[in-house]
Formats: sequence, C-alpha cells, structure tokens
Amino acid sequence: MARMQVVLLLEIAKESHHTTTFRFRADFGGSAGQFVMVWIPHHDELPMALSYLGPVKGITVHAYGDATKAFLDFRPGDRIGVRGPYGNTFKLEGEKVLAVAGGTGMASVIAAIEAFAQQGAEVTTAVGARTAEELLFVDRASASGEVHVSTDDGTRGFHGFVPALAAKLMEKHKFDQILTCGPERMMKLVVDEARTRGVKVQASLERYMKCGIGICDACAFDDKLVCVDGPVFTGAQLASSRDFGTYRRSKDGRRVAL
Amino acid sequence: MVDLRTEIAGVRLRNPTMLASGFLDETGGSLVRVFRAGAGAVVTKSIGPEPREGYANPTVVELDAGLLNAVGLPNPGIEEFQQELKEALAGKAVIIGSVYGKDAAEYAKVASRMADAGVVAIEMNLSCPHAKGLGTEIAQSEEAVKEFTRAVKDAVDLPVFPKLSPNVADIASFALAAERGGADGIVAINTVKAMAISPELRMPILANRYGGLSGPAIRPIGVRAVYDIYEKVDIPVIGVGGVDSGIAALEYIMAGASAVQIGTALVGQGLGVFERVTKEMGSVLEDVGFKGVLEAVGVAHG
Repeated sequence: MARMQVVLLLEIAKESHHTTTFRFRADFGGSAGQFVMVWIPHHDELPMALSYLGPVKGITVHAYGDATKAFLDFRPGDRIGVRGPYGNTFKLEGEKVLAVAGGTGMASVIAAIEAFAQQGAEVTTAVGARTAEELLFVDRASASGEVHVSTDDGTRGFHGFVPALAAKLMEKHKFDQILTCGPERMMKLVVDEARTRGVKVQASLERYMKCGIGICDACAFDDKLVCVDGPVFTGAQLASSRDFGTYRRSKDGRRVAL
Repeated sequence: MVDLRTEIAGVRLRNPTMLASGFLDETGGSLVRVFRAGAGAVVTKSIGPEPREGYANPTVVELDAGLLNAVGLPNPGIEEFQQELKEALAGKAVIIGSVYGKDAAEYAKVASRMADAGVVAIEMNLSCPHAKGLGTEIAQSEEAVKEFTRAVKDAVDLPVFPKLSPNVADIASFALAAERGGADGIVAINTVKAMAISPELRMPILANRYGGLSGPAIRPIGVRAVYDIYEKVDIPVIGVGGVDSGIAALEYIMAGASAVQIGTALVGQGLGVFERVTKEMGSVLEDVGFKGVLEAVGVAHG
C-alpha cells in the first residue's frame, strides 16, 4: 500500500486570484494525468492532479470550497499529507497532439503537454478561462509548443469557450490525438467534436473521492471507478457512457445531475 | 475436481468467496462488476433509512499490514438504493443486503425493502466501530443483538446474518445471542477499532480520529473469533478479515466458516482476487485430500 507521507511545503505560487500552486518533495513517482490524495490537516483530504512531476512535485489548487480556501493560508514550511500517485495516465498516441484545457483543468493537462513534447510530439495547446487573469500555465505550455488562448469575456485571445476554439483548430489542422481536462460539460463538447472527426481523444475526469484506491465506490462512473480505472478515459469509453457530461455521485452515493 | 460450491442457510453459492460490505458496493454497476469478476455473492454497502454522507476525509489510511478506515456509513438511503439494486439484480448478481439503523425498527424497515427488491439474504451491520449511535452500542450488548436480530427476522422471509464486532471480550456469546434472536448465520468479524497518528502533525490522521482496521493484520483475530463462534452455535459462519489468498480462506473454513468475505485484498490484487482465491482453495483442498469445500468446514476442531 502507498503510505501517506507528511511533507513540507516549499514554494507557493499564486497563479490567479483563486488558484495557487504548492510545491513539495515526495519520494514517489508520478506520470502525466495521475493524481495524489492531499491531506489539508484539520480540513479535508482531496484528490488533486500533479501539475509538476519529478522530485519537486506540484499541485495547483482552485480555492472553491472550505478546505481549499483554508489551504490558501498555508505557508512554506507548513506540512501537508500526500499519498499516491494514483490512477492511470495520459498516453501519447501519434505525432500531432492537441491539448484542450479549461480553467483548473490545465493543472492536469500541463504535465502531459510537457511530457509529450519531451517525447518528441508536436503539441498544440488550446487553453481557456473565464477571464485573462485566470488563464493557467500559458508560459509553460508555450515552452512546449504553440498555444491558443480563449476567454469567456474576451479579455485575451479568442472570445468564447475553449471547445469552440478547439473545434476551429481541429478544422484547420489534422491532429492524431486530443487530450482534455476541464469542466465536464466542456470536455463533453471536445470529446464529441473529436469523435465526429474520427480523432482519438482522452479526457481526465474529476469526481468526489474518499479512498482514492478503488474500494469505496464514491467515484463510481458507470461501472468504473475514476480513481483506478481513470481519471483518464478514452473517447471510446466515454461514447458509451451514461454518466459522462450528465451525472456525478453525491457524497452519499446518489446519482445526481452534474 | 474439488467441489467449491457452498451453502449457507439455504443460500447456495458457486464458490465460497463473497465481496465484503463497504467495498465497491454502493452502485449497481460496481456490484455487477464484482460478481462477474468471480465473487460467489456480493454484499452491499450498509444501507440505512435515509441518505448519509459519512465522515469528512481523511477516511482511509493505508498501512503496511492493512487498511484503517472511518468512512462513516455513507449511503444513498434505502429508497434511492432501490435503483442500484435493480441494476445489480438485472446483471444477475447474487446479492446480500447489508443494513443498519439507529434502532430495531429502522433495521427491520430497511431489511424489508431490501427483501422486496430481491436480495437473497440480509446482513446486519451491528458493529461498525466508528459510527456514533449506529451500531457501536448495539454491538456491545448481547441483549440488543438478540432483540435487533429478532426484529429483522420478523420483518423478512430471508436468511439473516448479523455481522459481529471483534471489539468485545467474548464474541462467541454475542453469536449465541444472535442465534437466540433467530439468526440464520453469523458474519465475523467486522473491523478492529484502531488509530493512526501523524507524528509530524501531532494528530490522528482520520478526521474521525478512530477507525476500523482491516486486512492481513486482523486475520488471526478473525480466525480465532470464527473458531470460538463455531464451538458455541449451530448456525453457519461466514468468515471475514484479511482473506487475501486461498490459504487464508482455508484458515477460516477450517476454523468453521462455510464461506469467506474479501474486501481489503482488492486494494493490492484488484477484482481478480475472487478467482485467484477460489482457484487456490481448490488446489490446496485437493492437495490435502478433500473432495469439496463443505467437507473442510470446521475440521480444525478435530
């Protein structure tokens, strides 16, 4: 079993008014797309994608709930618990890749953008946010390939949602593979677009989790588990899904609308 | 070929492995998947009358020798769970419904709804060691175990299996109380009350502080409990606690269990564990000269 490690927070970087990256050293591996369970002492334990791989890992956190807001008060030298890495990974399939990220979904996709570029793929990124200030990791993505930006309010780049931007890119270029992470209804549009064009697609899903290790059934997604069968699912898997883009499970296990 | 079929209080199973309650059993899809992976039966998550979110995280601590959890009985409530049961039954899974409540009437009500849906038996979670007011106190009183078992027996026409806590001085006397309440079988053991502390953070890791320990660490406790219970009662026993191999399962069988439940081993072995354990039981039984698993039940008593 993967024992929880209590680690010191090293650097803490504010990415936008609501999103912060925490760096820490942990002696476990981790590949693009994988997540860790992060214990914010006295508050909660939550699944978070690794936004930085390697010995000094990173998680990039959108403060939207009580625990993630409390996390903002943590400083370098404070301690958190981490266990993992868990879940499957984004897989490189082909030469030309389009990464489509919405909001904090970029935290998961950026690791794949960097890893795939290192493996020699030509990676194009479409990254979207509500407004320019909330765009995540544009510089990091630019260091790995071409980047296209969209904002819902038009403060930077394409004025509109990122799936529309991605569709335009797919119209113009032939990609071997699409990766996506972001709000699920956004991903649904990207997956549908890719499938219509016959392009392979992988999407990283988010669900409430308790265990992270495939036993508690909290993250049930159809008859699969996001924690061990995912978080990355293929377009073929998602095409036959009843839950994708439609349902999630509440903390008490009820199937509720997304 | 060794006959691996077993039978508990009239419930016939294709093999003696069951999914233990609390693992991959809150949704119809997961129940079917586990059954298809080879479990003889699947026990549902413990279901109560109303939806319940359970405890805040951390709810699970992975340890070298097992798993510590204080999930806190999250469940969608029996009405919402009907849909999951329907899906699971449509997938032809053999389902045992696990129930809990705050009093005997609630247990009886949930059990009755489970029975309506079509489960083959009822497991009573009498012993969740970390949910306040929901089982702990019941598990500590022989009189309550008897009374609650009786209430459920009166409410359903199915075999009823109370699941007992090891966190008592003499588990066999609780099994006897359950038998006197009309139980058709005993499930033993639930998790062992335990704690893990982070020295760096100077605090218990579980949000609930206390949890229940499962996995290989508690197997010898479970085997001893089944051995004691088998001596004291005439009804069949289902052994649970740290079963992760055919050898481990046979410890329980020879202590007196007619079937075993598997949960924590899923973490390391995945869904293949049911087939693996069943197969290994077969080859070990053949090796030591048994024709069937039922022949081996309780043989350690001499």
